[in-house]
Amino acid sequence: MEQALEILFTASFWVAAIRIASPLIFATMGELICERAGVLNLGIEGIMTAGAFAGWFTVYAGGDLWTGVLVAALAGAMFGLLHATLTVPLGLSQHVVGIGVTLLASSLTYFIYRLALPEVTSPPKIAPFEPLAIPGLSSIPVIGPALFNQTPLTYLAFATVAVTAWVLYRTPLGLAIRAAGENPAAVEAQGISVTGIRMGAVMVGSALMAVGGAFLTMSAFNSFFFQMINGRGWICIALVVFGSWRPGKALLGAILFAAFDAYQVRLQQLSGGIVPYQVFLMMPYVLSILALVLVARRATYPKALMIPYQKGER
Amino acid sequence: MRLEPKPAPPLGVTLLFPVAAIAATLLITSLLVLAAGASPFSVFYLVARGAAGTQFAALETLTRATPLIFTGLAVAVAFRAKLWNIGAEAQLYIGGVVTIVLGTGALPLPSFLLIPLIMLAAMAAGALLLLGPAVLKTRFGVDEVVTTLLLNFIVLLFVSMLLEGPLKDPMGLGWPQSQRVVAEAQLPRIIQGKRLHYGFAISLCAAAIVWVIMKKTVLGYEMRAVGHNAEAASFAGIPVNRVLMKTALLSGGLAALAGFSEVSGLKGNLTLDLSPGYGYSGIVVAMLAMLNPLGVVASAIFVAGIFVGADAMSRTAGVPSYIADVMVATALLTMVTAILMSRFRVRWR
Amino acid sequence: MNAPVLRLTGITKRFGPLVANDAISFDLKRGEVVALLGENGAGKTTLMNILFGHYVADEGSVETFGKSLPPGDPRAALDAGIGMVHQHFTLAENMTVLENIALGTQAMWRARLDRGAAARRIRKLSGDFGLAIDPGAVVAALSVGERQRVEILKALYRDARILILDEPTAVLTPAETDALFRTLKLLVAQGLSIIFISHKLHEVMAASDRVLVLRAGRLVGERRTAETSRSELAALMVGQEIAPATVAPAKVGPPLLELTDVSTRAGGGGAALDGVSLTLRGGEITGLAGVSGNGQAALAALIAGTMQPLGGEIAIGGATVKEWSPRRALAAGIARIPEDRHAVGTIGDMSVTENVILERYRSARFSRLGFLDWRAARGFAEEIIADYDVKCPSPEARIRLLSGGNMQKLILGRALDPEPSVILANQPTRGLDVGAVSYVHKKLLEARARGAAILLISEDLEEILALSDRILVMSKGRLSTPSARGERTVRELGELMAGHAEAAA
Repeated sequence: MEQALEILFTASFWVAAIRIASPLIFATMGELICERAGVLNLGIEGIMTAGAFAGWFTVYAGGDLWTGVLVAALAGAMFGLLHATLTVPLGLSQHVVGIGVTLLASSLTYFIYRLALPEVTSPPKIAPFEPLAIPGLSSIPVIGPALFNQTPLTYLAFATVAVTAWVLYRTPLGLAIRAAGENPAAVEAQGISVTGIRMGAVMVGSALMAVGGAFLTMSAFNSFFFQMINGRGWICIALVVFGSWRPGKALLGAILFAAFDAYQVRLQQLSGGIVPYQVFLMMPYVLSILALVLVARRATYPKALMIPYQKGER
Repeated sequence: MRLEPKPAPPLGVTLLFPVAAIAATLLITSLLVLAAGASPFSVFYLVARGAAGTQFAALETLTRATPLIFTGLAVAVAFRAKLWNIGAEAQLYIGGVVTIVLGTGALPLPSFLLIPLIMLAAMAAGALLLLGPAVLKTRFGVDEVVTTLLLNFIVLLFVSMLLEGPLKDPMGLGWPQSQRVVAEAQLPRIIQGKRLHYGFAISLCAAAIVWVIMKKTVLGYEMRAVGHNAEAASFAGIPVNRVLMKTALLSGGLAALAGFSEVSGLKGNLTLDLSPGYGYSGIVVAMLAMLNPLGVVASAIFVAGIFVGADAMSRTAGVPSYIADVMVATALLTMVTAILMSRFRVRWR
Repeated sequence: MNAPVLRLTGITKRFGPLVANDAISFDLKRGEVVALLGENGAGKTTLMNILFGHYVADEGSVETFGKSLPPGDPRAALDAGIGMVHQHFTLAENMTVLENIALGTQAMWRARLDRGAAARRIRKLSGDFGLAIDPGAVVAALSVGERQRVEILKALYRDARILILDEPTAVLTPAETDALFRTLKLLVAQGLSIIFISHKLHEVMAASDRVLVLRAGRLVGERRTAETSRSELAALMVGQEIAPATVAPAKVGPPLLELTDVSTRAGGGGAALDGVSLTLRGGEITGLAGVSGNGQAALAALIAGTMQPLGGEIAIGGATVKEWSPRRALAAGIARIPEDRHAVGTIGDMSVTENVILERYRSARFSRLGFLDWRAARGFAEEIIADYDVKCPSPEARIRLLSGGNMQKLILGRALDPEPSVILANQPTRGLDVGAVSYVHKKLLEARARGAAILLISEDLEEILALSDRILVMSKGRLSTPSARGERTVRELGELMAGHAEAAA
């Protein structure tokens, strides 16, 4: 029991928690931006898969790491464009299109992977991002290694939250995005194209999701596996709800969730095999459902979420 | 750009939409085939031949279509009522679990009693599994898409736990697999020595029954009303939440039959690769069929044909068999676009 | 002074076979208030939507300040100085007044929204034009009148020179209406030009310099307000002398529906019921007047069965009701004509047949042992199509494709066919053309003659006055005492609608 508590005070635990949180933070911000503009993006799981592959493969093929991140973002934006074209001007069901984009993005990724690497049995490795210690800060006990000795992509994840929050709440663009998710007619009445705002938001959001996927292959691990996203995208959707569509709260949710995930892995080692390991692996998913149930009742979701908009409609 | 509703086209034209969607799909995926350095014509020809060119191929396609008919029906029923059941995969596995629990000798019953009993039990388990998300949706307003998706992962881990624990086959040489079902619990083969089994016949019956439910019964009418406009349905006195519960039970039960039929008719035991994503493909099957239960049979056979044919093709032409998954996903997106075009006309001003 | 600020030339707009605007041309001068008068469905809103760029005209052109306005571009309309206050407000409720007003007024890619400058400008404008509002308030917390002020401020903030107000008084109390008219005077004095859309004659007479009358998509008359009269305008608007519906004296029957001290939660974006007692008697039409949002939605939902009472009693035919639901309301013989026929009254993607049996599909007439009898259902649909003179291609057609009037006739047929004892008619004629309106009125009067008890909820006071045997006014979730036909003047009813206590009225 004591051991179980001690884990919480070790630096390695928090380092792992922040590392696990990083891809979730990217993808959660991506989903949050889409939903704030009024579009539920269920393509997230597939877009993360595509991003994971695109970033990794760019580096594998000789590109540098940041080029890989950029390529991943572009790949995500392309799938975002597909999703947005079908759901925004055409107003198709966001549920069905989202699932379709997930199926397409992941199968296309696997197809290209097999095409590009027909022979391999074990996935080839790349040299991933290395931790970058921030002088001074990284030597603070526990917090230092956890927050200030991570890879550059983790720092980028935290920066993404700050930028997202700033844009949404402090800029004219953010005003338009939020209004498009609340009442698109208000946006159009002010001479702004709802279609433009929503499509842009979905593309940027999808790019972030893809970078979240790329974090896994370029920072957390160093190669690409099939099924490697493993439901993380769906968990991010739950995190957006849990965070009440607010970047700060969603960040907190992602870290809490990741801490729990890191904790269950360590508990698993402690339990010595008495409890089947699957029970621990289930916990993140169970936890996500519980989180949804807890907040769903009092969630104030964007009023126009999932409602397509046609010009001139009120 | 604006969309304006237009009258429903005649049936003949309606049937053209899936055809147009498939044509668009072939066109788009032929780009990938070209990228793989092969000729689209020969690849699609090989896929078609692999799917239906020989008796063996055709039977294999029907065998592969069987679980897809069940999951396709499950999705069609649920989507009709706008209950977004993306969890057919989990319900399928639960159906498989029940089949193993009851079918490996626990019940000493003759075939004609045991098989119906297992079917009912499997359906009940699948139904209950979807009831959870349905209750969370109606009681707490939790989006069922996310809960059913997450349940897929939970159930797969649960099955993995069972296969390494209570349901583990002691003679399985350490592999996570269950014992085989007893002879009385096996669905017979339709043709001796071939893989096609009576699960296919059951799936056809299920499609017919679901068609009758949707078209002829009060329940089907209520489900459609709730799906098209829940507020108006509720105003007219239709108990929307109760209808959603019934929909969940029916949908979950149908998906569980896929698991039953795979275990009892084809595989004989339960493993973690019982389904290569039949639950997700069921969504495509249902959409291609425009949620029509009889159409599900045709579209399931079509989708199964793509998978079976692509397997055969990739062995000879060297194009990765994932082309099948790409085609199926593309078909889903082109199909929903085609349905839209059948109901609305696009005006550019 | 006299060069037109706005010129419309030959504007024509068709929706399928319907001609919503037919070669409409007119000018608007600086400092002028022009009223655009017409029945519902005459094409007023379509015309303004073209002007504002929501729709593109099939023919014709718009010029502002001598320059032609590109079609279909709200941004261009805004830049040309056109501001529009829509009938249904276009505000994001979870955002503040300032955010709503500033939306789209600062360069989109600025790194920072300048809230300080926006707040200063809003305060100045609201001071200048008597539009008191707190820029930091969240819109959801504002009253309807305040929201309208935000809408007007949105236009002024963008230096609108031409202000279009679409049915601005529909949601206002008489006092708020007066305040609005004072603001309009101030605006005109500053050189703005105003187009004021209405179907209310007295407002048009009170607020405008010039009146344009629209009927069935065509401009049928133009008058200087000072040189015309209400009756002349009314005749132009309707196209014939209006003969007020002659109503036979009521033969009042027994109480069929009684509400005793009923309270509810808030509903439909409006007030909650607060201790309402109401008796509906057979053979009598009870008219419920009031400014929308004062509890009419809750009362309608309560009677329709979609809302539960929190306190008080519902009695039907003398018997107190224990459990309450839409199904029980229907079983008790209550027919419901809902306010929103598209979202609530019908299921757009289902057929006419499927829609007409919606409330009765469980009855022995349409189903047996869980199976529906489609032949009986189709027969019933054909019956209603014939009896209620519904124009529709076939009973199998999706109901979405029908016009509003035909849809309403089907709803009417569905509701009235079982000869209900109580009829709840919530805004039964909103948005219908003149012919359909008089048809609905005729059917309601027929039901009254048959002995049904009818509750008519309407925002159209003239409709209430024409049909009701008894009038009640709803304000802040409470009911006034009833008044018999002709007992209270329009002015007195207006005072009650504004929420003034009855003693003062």
